[in-house]
Amino acid sequence: MGIRKRERIDWLMKLVFKSTGLLTIALLAGIFFMLLYNSMSFFFDVPPIDFFTGSQWDPDNSKNAYSILPLLVSTGLVALGSMMIAVPLGILSAAFLSELAPGKLQAVLKPVIEMLAAIPSVAIGFLGITLVGPGIARIFGIENGLNALNGSILLAVMSLPTIITISEDAIHAIPKSYREASLALGANQWQTLYRVVIPAAYPGLIAAVLLGLGRALGETMTVLMATGNTAEMPSGFLDSIRTITATIAIEMGEVPYRTTHYFALFAIAAVLFLITLLINLVGEYAANRLRKFQA
Amino acid sequence: MRKWFNWIILTGSTLLVCLFLGIIIFDIFSKGLSVLSWQFISKPPEAAMTKGGILPAITGTLLLTFITTLFSVPFGVACAVYLNEYAGNSILTNVIRGSIRNLSGIPSIIYGLFGLALFVQTFRLGTSVLAAGLTLGLLSLPYIITTTEEALKRVPASMREATLAMGITQFETIRDVVLPKALPGILTGIILTLSRAAGETAPILFTGVAFYINGMTTALDQEFMALPYHLYMLCTQHQSIEEVRPLAYGTAVVLIILVFLLNIIAFYFRFKQRTQD
Repeated sequence: MGIRKRERIDWLMKLVFKSTGLLTIALLAGIFFMLLYNSMSFFFDVPPIDFFTGSQWDPDNSKNAYSILPLLVSTGLVALGSMMIAVPLGILSAAFLSELAPGKLQAVLKPVIEMLAAIPSVAIGFLGITLVGPGIARIFGIENGLNALNGSILLAVMSLPTIITISEDAIHAIPKSYREASLALGANQWQTLYRVVIPAAYPGLIAAVLLGLGRALGETMTVLMATGNTAEMPSGFLDSIRTITATIAIEMGEVPYRTTHYFALFAIAAVLFLITLLINLVGEYAANRLRKFQA
Repeated sequence: MRKWFNWIILTGSTLLVCLFLGIIIFDIFSKGLSVLSWQFISKPPEAAMTKGGILPAITGTLLLTFITTLFSVPFGVACAVYLNEYAGNSILTNVIRGSIRNLSGIPSIIYGLFGLALFVQTFRLGTSVLAAGLTLGLLSLPYIITTTEEALKRVPASMREATLAMGITQFETIRDVVLPKALPGILTGIILTLSRAAGETAPILFTGVAFYINGMTTALDQEFMALPYHLYMLCTQHQSIEEVRPLAYGTAVVLIILVFLLNIIAFYFRFKQRTQD
């Protein structure tokens, strides 16, 4: 092959590679505009003020019961509950992994965490129905264990791998000199861990929590299966709920194409999109601060 | 005393996390393994899903994952090559990287809506295995890009410089030197991504999955059955839920074995690569 032809191929391939890079921007923009366009169609029918302030989501029975609030509160409640379980458990496990566990134990525990991350969400939701639900019903003496608490427990299990992995990286990245300085001043191992290492790893831990939270907010199948599907304003963890994701999953299959109800599902998806986007951006910002701090 | 307390808290948390995995595996396998038989994985469902096997769900998931691979791997690897080999530190590169990070944070159900709007309706593919595979491909793209880029980063710069100094063009260097060297790492990432894609349910809900099809999915424009969706339907939507519970456990076992197999293959590639370095 002549050099001219080879150079032409080289130039062409560079363009091909670059265009795939541009494709990712197009994809994000495409998702954004798809949500925006369909949400706008919804807001022509239902004023935004009703959407954000009403208290009922019941499109099947009532014409204007398109309020996102019960769904939003449900989503927030179940995600909050999952973080209350997963954050302490995840950060303490990460501290154990990087500070206490000997190398051989680490080599066993890391694949365990990866396996936990690999289990499909339907399988976890299935256990919510067969195992966690009946357990909750027995402990609290209620008839049905499919509620927000059930969802929180399952989502905690699902977000643990994310939280542990990122926290472990953050704790591991704290320079040895910090620990040595603390120990040299007479602090013991625990004082060093709780007062020096963990505070120094804060930005990374915040990133870990936010990315775990993003995962919990966006999860569909587990909450769809395990939280009881009641689209009403919840009053506690023992109430059945229905999150934004579960509502889309249930109703999108049944609504007629291009009706108000159809567009409404895009509107609640747009709200979810913005929330997860915001959380990921803040998490990313925190992770970057950690990187700068270490450099 | 305090020392022990601290020790117990940290070790206990880790043990609890391991216990979660143990409970999940133990519960599903102890109740599902007895259902598993050659019949179960080689026969279609019979008598309104209360008997028979799950063959169409297995082949459906394999076909779906295959389409996802065909679509997302070339695009994902090419994008990673661009980011690691060509792109400098420009605004455009930062925008691309930002997009990829945000794409990986978007809930999977939103990819499902996007697939419905783009592939099913705009491209008129209908609810089909092709539309669902493409949707899952989009979902997998950011993961493939990120893992491939990590693999490319581990190829030493000296290898590229050596061939460039011999007058080989940059594309030839990438094709003949960089990609072969990074191949085990790239494969690890691809296989892990596919194991996630195989277990996903939300993105295929409105793009082509069906509770029951007569026979097998043989064409790209047909609907299909999939293992995760089959499990979901068996344990939530079936008329006689208690009666089909063993079948649901069996489906869960097959799904988890499939996902773990892919993970073990990925572990193998990673191990091989470490010993090579």
